[in-house]
Amino acid sequence: MQSFDLETEGLRKLNSSLHAQNNDTNQTAWEIINPKGSHAIAVGLDAPIEVTVLGSTGYYCGGMNKQATVHVKGSAGPGVAENMMSGKVVIDGDASQYAGATAHGGLLVIKGNASSRCGISMKGVDIVVHGNIGHMSAFMAQSGNLVVLGDAGDALGDSLYEANLFVRGTVKSLGADCIKKDMRPEHLEILTRLLAEAEADAKPEEFTRYGSARELYNFDIDNASAY
Amino acid sequence: MCGIVGLFLKDKKLEPELGNMLTDMLITMTNRGPDSAGIAIYGTDADDNSKLTVQSDNPAKDFKGLKKAIKKATGVKISLTKKDTHAILEMPTDDMDAVRAALKQVRPDIRVMSAGDTIEIYKEIGLPKNVAERFDIRSMSGTHGIGHTRMATESAVTTLGAHPFSTGTDQCLVHNGSLSNHNSLRRKLRRDGVNIETENDTEVGAAYLTWKMQHGSTLGEALESSLDDLDGFFTFVVGTKDGFGVVRDPIACKPAVMAETDQYVAFGSEYRALVNLPGIEDAHVWEPEPATVYFWKH
Repeated sequence: MQSFDLETEGLRKLNSSLHAQNNDTNQTAWEIINPKGSHAIAVGLDAPIEVTVLGSTGYYCGGMNKQATVHVKGSAGPGVAENMMSGKVVIDGDASQYAGATAHGGLLVIKGNASSRCGISMKGVDIVVHGNIGHMSAFMAQSGNLVVLGDAGDALGDSLYEANLFVRGTVKSLGADCIKKDMRPEHLEILTRLLAEAEADAKPEEFTRYGSARELYNFDIDNASAY
Repeated sequence: MCGIVGLFLKDKKLEPELGNMLTDMLITMTNRGPDSAGIAIYGTDADDNSKLTVQSDNPAKDFKGLKKAIKKATGVKISLTKKDTHAILEMPTDDMDAVRAALKQVRPDIRVMSAGDTIEIYKEIGLPKNVAERFDIRSMSGTHGIGHTRMATESAVTTLGAHPFSTGTDQCLVHNGSLSNHNSLRRKLRRDGVNIETENDTEVGAAYLTWKMQHGSTLGEALESSLDDLDGFFTFVVGTKDGFGVVRDPIACKPAVMAETDQYVAFGSEYRALVNLPGIEDAHVWEPEPATVYFWKH
């Protein structure tokens, strides 16, 4: 286990030490103490290592992650796991706005609540939120799965392209072109897998699926007079 | 950007530390806005007395002989404590209006930063560290306070463009964001006789709240109606003589984190600002909801 005191050693040294790891590294377990809300902790990793952050983080923790597992034993500031490509980011507490924004792959687990714009423009990531999510979540989401055990705020899935949104609780309002959809066997399969991976205590049958009506970007002859 | 910090103490034992704690919180937010900084501190209430915090670009000239000039103009004996470019004028509460009117006559270049029983506002161009040092904020005690560090977007980097803004007696406002309808609202408020000095958007926000309260709204109601009447991005933190409030616009893209324990309620633009507060590990930490008015009172 490599232990790293962020307060005394600094962010640049931390991230360059983590970037120095490759697929064959023996230093597979890292522990970061005194994060104290610092920005850009464990950003841009590309090695199969496990990084545990003992405390809360600021902006962009685990951003652009590839392969690595980043576990925050606290809450995360804005933009956690932004543009993640693969690997796993787990937040024990809450996540601030735009968690998992634009992420292409991997799994983001938030054990508390996520605030506004969770999964905005997501491009293939899987996100599981044990609590609630805020307004404008999955705005313009393109692909991937967003699973919410609690409730969703206003304008869920506004201007959605393609992505599966699964909500167990209530949805305050749906955004433009986002509709309720049937839960087919393949969706129950996805949910079963993601709930297990995220250690979430819920049954797939309890969720409702939402997705794109696929009408927003298509010409409709009835609207001809508007052009 | 811009950085906001706020601290509302519940535990009297912490009051001597207010200036110190708030200064540390604000310095942590320095890289959110290096243009100007300001702090509002709510100190002890001296019964029948009130105070004005005034500022001058030429304090040596303007503060010299000011006590005498006020006495001559109004017959009121004031006390004057100089602090760099600012001075605290203390006087009987009943005489405050007369003193303010006389100030305009005898020292037209002096600006009133705040007025009230307990509030003092200090603000200048520069980094939080330097501004706090100039006014010796660390040594100040008080019940609650608000700090702001500015990254100017809507108007020039000047002392008057710095936050906090006074919104009335013992009231102040700080803002992170930008208002987009401030020009039309400024014209509307000016037509209604409201005095607005700068081209700054937040000053319009502050004047709007003052104007609403002059027309019978409570601060809470004024904040509620700001959600309808102000267009743009805002996280506001407001202070009153015995209270402390927070409101964010419905989009809520300007960051805000709050923490509450038995000893205090704290606000920070980022969690970083709160990390050294006592007992923060066990505090209730949350992000204020959009379009929701929060308020705490002593």
